[in-house]
Amino acid sequence: MDSVGVVEAAAEKMAADAGLDEDQVFHVAMAVREAAVNAVLHGNEYDQARKIEGSFENTGADLIFIVADQGHGFEPDHLPDPLAAENVLKSSGRGIFLIRSLMDEVHFRQLHPGTELTLVKHLAPAKERP
Amino acid sequence: MALTIASREVDGVTVLDLSGRITLGEGSVQLRDAIRDLIGKGQKNVLLNMGDVSYIDSSGLGELVSAYTTSKNQGASLKLLKLTKRVHDVLQLTKLYTVFDIYDDEASAIGSYK
Repeated sequence: MDSVGVVEAAAEKMAADAGLDEDQVFHVAMAVREAAVNAVLHGNEYDQARKIEGSFENTGADLIFIVADQGHGFEPDHLPDPLAAENVLKSSGRGIFLIRSLMDEVHFRQLHPGTELTLVKHLAPAKERP
Repeated sequence: MALTIASREVDGVTVLDLSGRITLGEGSVQLRDAIRDLIGKGQKNVLLNMGDVSYIDSSGLGELVSAYTTSKNQGASLKLLKLTKRVHDVLQLTKLYTVFDIYDDEASAIGSYK
Protein backbone atom coordinates (compact mmCIF):
# COMPACT_ATOMS: atom_id res chain seq x y z
CA MET A 1 0.00 0.00 0.00
CA ASP A 2 3.02 2.29 0.18
CA SER A 3 2.61 3.03 -3.51
CA VAL A 4 -0.85 4.44 -2.83
CA GLY A 5 0.67 7.12 -0.63
CA VAL A 6 3.24 7.93 -3.29
CA VAL A 7 0.53 8.26 -5.94
CA GLU A 8 -1.60 10.41 -3.65
CA ALA A 9 1.30 12.74 -2.83
CA ALA A 10 2.23 13.10 -6.50
CA ALA A 11 -1.36 13.93 -7.46
CA GLU A 12 -1.59 16.46 -4.64
CA LYS A 13 1.60 18.18 -5.76
CA MET A 14 0.49 18.24 -9.38
CA ALA A 15 -2.86 19.78 -8.44
CA ALA A 16 -1.20 22.39 -6.21
CA ASP A 17 1.37 23.21 -8.88
CA ALA A 18 -1.47 23.68 -11.37
CA GLY A 19 -2.88 26.44 -9.18
CA LEU A 20 -6.00 24.72 -7.91
CA ASP A 21 -7.36 26.00 -4.61
CA GLU A 22 -6.95 24.08 -1.37
CA ASP A 23 -10.31 22.30 -1.61
CA GLN A 24 -9.73 21.27 -5.22
CA VAL A 25 -6.25 19.99 -4.40
CA PHE A 26 -7.80 17.89 -1.65
CA HIS A 27 -10.48 16.57 -4.01
CA VAL A 28 -7.92 15.55 -6.62
CA ALA A 29 -5.61 13.88 -4.09
CA MET A 30 -8.48 12.01 -2.50
CA ALA A 31 -9.96 10.83 -5.80
CA VAL A 32 -6.61 9.64 -7.14
CA ARG A 33 -5.90 7.88 -3.85
CA GLU A 34 -9.27 6.13 -4.03
CA ALA A 35 -8.54 5.05 -7.59
CA ALA A 36 -5.16 3.64 -6.54
CA VAL A 37 -6.65 1.86 -3.50
CA ASN A 38 -9.38 0.45 -5.70
CA ALA A 39 -6.78 -0.85 -8.16
CA VAL A 40 -4.68 -2.52 -5.45
CA LEU A 41 -7.51 -3.84 -3.32
CA HIS A 42 -10.39 -4.69 -5.64
CA GLY A 43 -8.61 -4.82 -8.99
CA ASN A 44 -5.40 -6.68 -8.27
CA GLU A 45 -6.74 -8.17 -5.02
CA TYR A 46 -3.41 -7.52 -3.27
CA ASP A 47 -1.65 -9.84 -5.74
CA GLN A 48 1.88 -8.44 -5.96
CA ALA A 49 2.41 -10.23 -9.25
CA ARG A 50 -0.15 -7.90 -10.79
CA LYS A 51 0.96 -4.38 -11.59
CA ILE A 52 -0.63 -0.98 -11.24
CA GLU A 53 0.13 1.50 -13.98
CA GLY A 54 -0.45 5.18 -13.63
CA SER A 55 0.20 8.32 -15.60
CA PHE A 56 -0.45 11.96 -14.79
CA GLU A 57 -0.68 14.80 -17.27
CA ASN A 58 -1.33 18.53 -17.10
CA THR A 59 -2.57 19.57 -20.55
CA GLY A 60 -2.96 23.19 -19.51
CA ALA A 61 -6.74 22.82 -19.69
CA ASP A 62 -7.11 19.66 -17.62
CA LEU A 63 -5.33 17.48 -15.13
CA ILE A 64 -5.61 13.89 -16.33
CA PHE A 65 -4.83 10.93 -14.08
CA ILE A 66 -4.87 7.39 -15.44
CA VAL A 67 -4.74 4.40 -13.10
CA ALA A 68 -4.89 0.86 -14.48
CA ASP A 69 -4.93 -2.50 -12.72
CA GLN A 70 -4.68 -6.07 -13.95
CA GLY A 71 -7.72 -7.47 -12.19
CA HIS A 72 -10.91 -9.08 -13.38
CA GLY A 73 -12.61 -5.82 -14.23
CA PHE A 74 -16.02 -4.62 -13.12
CA GLU A 75 -19.17 -2.98 -14.40
CA PRO A 76 -19.02 0.64 -13.20
CA ASP A 77 -22.61 1.31 -14.24
CA HIS A 78 -23.92 -1.54 -12.11
CA LEU A 79 -22.41 -0.59 -8.77
CA PRO A 80 -24.85 -0.23 -5.88
CA ASP A 81 -25.71 3.36 -4.99
CA PRO A 82 -23.98 4.00 -1.62
CA LEU A 83 -26.49 6.76 -0.86
CA ALA A 84 -29.49 4.44 -1.12
CA ALA A 85 -31.14 3.79 2.24
CA GLU A 86 -30.35 0.08 2.07
CA ASN A 87 -26.64 0.78 1.42
CA VAL A 88 -25.79 3.78 3.57
CA LEU A 89 -24.79 1.60 6.52
CA LYS A 90 -22.63 -0.75 4.47
CA SER A 91 -18.95 -0.79 5.32
CA SER A 92 -17.75 -0.61 1.72
CA GLY A 93 -18.78 0.54 -1.74
CA ARG A 94 -18.02 4.27 -1.55
CA GLY A 95 -14.73 4.50 -3.46
CA ILE A 96 -16.01 4.91 -7.01
CA PHE A 97 -18.81 7.16 -5.75
CA LEU A 98 -16.24 9.46 -4.13
CA ILE A 99 -14.10 9.51 -7.27
CA ARG A 100 -17.10 10.47 -9.38
CA SER A 101 -18.16 13.11 -6.88
CA LEU A 102 -14.76 14.75 -6.56
CA MET A 103 -13.62 14.84 -10.19
CA ASP A 104 -15.11 16.58 -13.22
CA GLU A 105 -14.95 13.52 -15.47
CA VAL A 106 -14.36 9.83 -14.81
CA HIS A 107 -14.00 7.28 -17.59
CA PHE A 108 -13.67 3.52 -17.35
CA ARG A 109 -12.10 1.22 -19.89
CA GLN A 110 -11.98 -2.56 -19.61
CA LEU A 111 -8.55 -3.91 -20.55
CA HIS A 112 -9.20 -7.67 -20.44
CA PRO A 113 -7.69 -8.20 -17.98
CA GLY A 114 -7.90 -5.11 -15.86
CA THR A 115 -9.63 -1.80 -15.64
CA GLU A 116 -8.32 1.63 -16.56
CA LEU A 117 -9.72 4.66 -14.79
CA THR A 118 -9.22 8.09 -16.26
CA LEU A 119 -9.85 10.95 -13.84
CA VAL A 120 -10.12 14.48 -15.17
CA LYS A 121 -10.11 17.79 -13.29
CA HIS A 122 -10.75 20.85 -15.43
CA LEU A 123 -8.37 23.73 -14.97
CA ALA A 124 -10.19 26.10 -17.30
CA PRO A 125 -13.89 26.68 -18.00
CA ALA A 126 -15.28 24.55 -20.85
CA LYS A 127 -15.43 27.45 -23.33
CA GLU A 128 -11.74 28.15 -22.82
CA ARG A 129 -10.63 24.57 -23.33
CA PRO A 130 -9.37 23.48 -26.75
CA MET B 1 0.62 10.64 9.65
CA ALA B 2 -0.76 7.39 11.05
CA LEU B 3 -3.64 7.41 13.48
CA THR B 4 -2.98 7.72 17.20
CA ILE B 5 -5.70 6.96 19.73
CA ALA B 6 -5.75 8.14 23.34
CA SER B 7 -8.50 7.04 25.68
CA ARG B 8 -9.96 8.88 28.68
CA GLU B 9 -13.07 8.65 30.83
CA VAL B 10 -15.44 11.57 31.34
CA ASP B 11 -18.62 11.06 33.41
CA GLY B 12 -19.03 7.44 32.34
CA VAL B 13 -18.22 8.13 28.71
CA THR B 14 -15.09 6.76 27.07
CA VAL B 15 -13.65 9.48 24.89
CA LEU B 16 -11.22 8.35 22.23
CA ASP B 17 -9.07 11.25 21.09
CA LEU B 18 -8.12 10.43 17.53
CA SER B 19 -5.27 12.14 15.74
CA GLY B 20 -4.04 11.63 12.19
CA ARG B 21 -5.57 9.86 9.23
CA ILE B 22 -8.19 7.13 9.14
CA THR B 23 -7.35 5.31 5.94
CA LEU B 24 -6.74 1.84 4.61
CA GLY B 25 -3.47 0.61 6.04
CA GLU B 26 -3.00 3.56 8.38
CA GLY B 27 -5.79 4.10 10.86
CA SER B 28 -8.65 1.78 10.01
CA VAL B 29 -7.35 -1.27 11.85
CA GLN B 30 -6.37 0.70 14.98
CA LEU B 31 -9.82 2.25 15.15
CA ARG B 32 -11.54 -1.12 14.64
CA ASP B 33 -9.47 -2.74 17.39
CA ALA B 34 -10.03 0.12 19.81
CA ILE B 35 -13.81 0.08 19.34
CA ARG B 36 -14.05 -3.70 19.56
CA ASP B 37 -11.96 -3.68 22.70
CA LEU B 38 -14.23 -1.13 24.37
CA ILE B 39 -17.46 -2.83 23.31
CA GLY B 40 -16.02 -6.18 24.38
CA LYS B 41 -15.39 -4.77 27.84
CA GLY B 42 -19.01 -3.71 28.07
CA GLN B 43 -18.50 0.03 27.58
CA LYS B 44 -21.81 1.47 26.41
CA ASN B 45 -20.92 5.12 25.87
CA VAL B 46 -18.21 5.89 23.36
CA LEU B 47 -17.35 9.30 21.95
CA LEU B 48 -14.88 9.65 19.10
CA ASN B 49 -13.13 13.00 19.25
CA MET B 50 -12.31 13.67 15.59
CA GLY B 51 -10.90 17.16 16.13
CA ASP B 52 -7.42 16.15 15.02
CA VAL B 53 -8.42 13.75 12.25
CA SER B 54 -7.05 15.39 9.14
CA TYR B 55 -8.27 12.89 6.58
CA ILE B 56 -10.61 9.96 6.12
CA ASP B 57 -10.92 7.80 3.01
CA SER B 58 -13.59 5.32 1.90
CA SER B 59 -12.01 2.57 4.01
CA GLY B 60 -12.03 4.84 7.04
CA LEU B 61 -15.67 5.67 6.40
CA GLY B 62 -16.34 1.94 6.29
CA GLU B 63 -14.67 1.52 9.66
CA LEU B 64 -16.72 4.32 11.16
CA VAL B 65 -19.92 2.72 9.87
CA SER B 66 -18.84 -0.68 11.18
CA ALA B 67 -18.05 0.86 14.55
CA TYR B 68 -21.46 2.49 14.61
CA THR B 69 -23.39 -0.67 13.69
CA THR B 70 -21.31 -2.88 16.00
CA SER B 71 -21.94 -0.51 18.88
CA LYS B 72 -25.63 -0.30 18.16
CA ASN B 73 -25.97 -4.08 17.90
CA GLN B 74 -24.28 -4.43 21.29
CA GLY B 75 -26.53 -1.85 22.92
CA ALA B 76 -23.80 0.77 23.01
CA SER B 77 -23.89 4.33 21.72
CA LEU B 78 -21.12 5.70 19.53
CA LYS B 79 -21.10 9.42 18.77
CA LEU B 80 -18.73 11.82 17.03
CA LEU B 81 -17.18 15.03 18.32
CA LYS B 82 -15.55 17.97 16.51
CA LEU B 83 -15.35 17.09 12.85
CA THR B 84 -12.70 18.87 10.82
CA LYS B 85 -13.91 20.45 7.60
CA ARG B 86 -12.40 17.69 5.49
CA VAL B 87 -14.07 14.93 7.47
CA HIS B 88 -17.34 16.86 7.69
CA ASP B 89 -17.43 17.33 3.91
CA VAL B 90 -16.80 13.65 3.21
CA LEU B 91 -19.44 12.55 5.71
CA GLN B 92 -21.91 14.94 4.15
CA LEU B 93 -21.09 13.78 0.62
CA THR B 94 -21.73 10.18 1.58
CA LYS B 95 -24.87 10.96 3.62
CA LEU B 96 -23.23 9.56 6.74
CA TYR B 97 -23.60 12.95 8.38
CA THR B 98 -27.25 12.06 8.95
CA VAL B 99 -26.41 8.66 10.45
CA PHE B 100 -24.18 9.75 13.33
CA ASP B 101 -24.90 11.92 16.34
CA ILE B 102 -22.32 14.68 15.91
CA TYR B 103 -21.38 17.39 18.41
CA ASP B 104 -19.20 20.46 18.21
CA ASP B 105 -18.42 20.75 21.91
CA GLU B 106 -17.47 18.07 24.37
CA ALA B 107 -19.75 19.14 27.21
CA SER B 108 -22.83 18.81 25.03
CA ALA B 109 -21.63 15.48 23.72
CA ILE B 110 -21.01 14.10 27.21
CA GLY B 111 -24.35 15.47 28.40
CA SER B 112 -26.18 13.74 25.58
CA TYR B 113 -25.46 10.32 27.10
CA LYS B 114 -27.39 11.11 30.30
